[in-house]
Amino acid sequence: MTSILAAVASTQAIAAAPPSARTPSPEYLAWRAQATRRRRQIVATRVLLLAVFLALWELLARQHVVNPMMTSYPSALWPTFIDLLRRGDLLGHTWATLQATLVGFGLSMVLGIAAAAALWWSGFAYKVLDPFLVVANAMPKIAFVPIFYIWLGSEYSVYGMAVAIAVFVTIMVVYDGFQAIDPNKIKLAQTLGADRGQVLRLVVLPGSVPTLIAALKMNIGLALVGVIVGEFQSASEGLGFLIVNGSQIFKMNVVMTSIVVLAILSGLMYLAIARLEAALAQRYA
Amino acid sequence: MAAVLELPLPSRAADAALPRIDLRGVSLRYFTHEGETQALADIDLRVAAGEFVSLIGQSGCGKSTLLSLVAGILAPSSGEVRVDGATVHGPSPRVGYMLQQDYLLEWRTILDNAVLGAQIQKRDMKLARERAGDLLHKCGMGDFLRHYPRQLSGGMRQRVALARTLVTDPDVVLLDEPFSALDSQTRLAIADEVVDVLRSEGKSVLLVTHDIGEAIAMTDRVVVLSRRPGRVKSEHLMRFPSHGGGRPTPLQARALPEFNDYFRTLWDELDVHVEG
Repeated sequence: MTSILAAVASTQAIAAAPPSARTPSPEYLAWRAQATRRRRQIVATRVLLLAVFLALWELLARQHVVNPMMTSYPSALWPTFIDLLRRGDLLGHTWATLQATLVGFGLSMVLGIAAAAALWWSGFAYKVLDPFLVVANAMPKIAFVPIFYIWLGSEYSVYGMAVAIAVFVTIMVVYDGFQAIDPNKIKLAQTLGADRGQVLRLVVLPGSVPTLIAALKMNIGLALVGVIVGEFQSASEGLGFLIVNGSQIFKMNVVMTSIVVLAILSGLMYLAIARLEAALAQRYA
Repeated sequence: MAAVLELPLPSRAADAALPRIDLRGVSLRYFTHEGETQALADIDLRVAAGEFVSLIGQSGCGKSTLLSLVAGILAPSSGEVRVDGATVHGPSPRVGYMLQQDYLLEWRTILDNAVLGAQIQKRDMKLARERAGDLLHKCGMGDFLRHYPRQLSGGMRQRVALARTLVTDPDVVLLDEPFSALDSQTRLAIADEVVDVLRSEGKSVLLVTHDIGEAIAMTDRVVVLSRRPGRVKSEHLMRFPSHGGGRPTPLQARALPEFNDYFRTLWDELDVHVEG
């Protein structure tokens, strides 16, 4: 009840003092201050949540409520992290994973967009291939890891896995985006004399930028999954290799440290795309 | 103004009596899984150079289909469509088409939207930008060249759409209920501006509308189409002797005594029955 009243009060505050007003009313300033407070509360709660998780992890493992051999614990990870950095070439492994992810991501975006454009171009091809695409997408691609290893060798099978996991869903999402372009915009371009290539280049592709961004976001995660799975099987470097290797010799510290680095890596890649999205949002709002 | 167009057209100067738009015995059928539909039957229609003609008729009578035929994005099942004596086989730079909504591309600035047609037709983009700037100034949009469409009101967006249609300097402009998405005051104001710009550019205009008043106020001749299949039911010249010399603007026309007479005639012709 009070929150409803507060919401009503705050809308009145906006109406009474629009942001353009030269001297903002005290009510408006109060509303602004409250909005800022709320934003800070959200961030603070996030940090708190992470801290509680780490504290519980540390505490439960140290008190042997859970077996530290199985879970390790945060304060034990730091020395491992330093050690891996100095002697285990952690940076090299991280770079290997990042590089393979970017290659797989780039390849699956390019292939996915090209295939979606081809399907858009030929409605017949889409009708024919649609069921195959659905099945290919639903297929657990992990089943192909051994085959890729045999076909492509240890290095390229990692890329192959990243592309296999990301490409089909990219085709489907991007194609749906192409189909969602207002047909009247296409008609408009046609009345101006556009051929199919021009419609694609001037209307369909630029109009699908929001879809492409959504596909980027999804893809970066999927490519990372593909790379890690590929590294499990075949690689002699990369975070996936560290994880598998660590688990085989039962060094949980190494496994957990690698996973934390992986989490940070995927967070950073996601942030980069969110930045790109924000930069483009101006035009596509 | 039309002479700016690159294509030298012998027919243009050679025969002044040649109609700009010429439809002869045009019929159109289309097929769906549910069956076949006769949309237009045996249409004969001519529009002279510089003439403004409107098409009215009930929903589904094929008015918009007829425009698509002239624009070359549909082909007639029988009969022939000619523009300046040449049979229409596809979209032509000599025919501009203004749709029901502006369909501005939201990722392009106003100026970049206005030159879309020139870009598609691979014209000299520097000249196109200059002409687009001039046209946008003429339409009162000169201060918004670097804006994006979402920053503009519906009326402003439709002005940009008009400029986009005219940048490539077509001889014929097809208007398909171009104001139907606007509120009624904006409609009246924009109709005046659009007619003013189109007359000053010497265009031939074919307007499709369901608004009888708009047809009377904006055009020289009103063609009534029958229910599906659409045929030419009757044609009416719009003359306003009480205005003295010259053609009244759309807003002036609405205040003249002839307006109401024409309105009544056309209303009877349309034979509107409200069903249900």
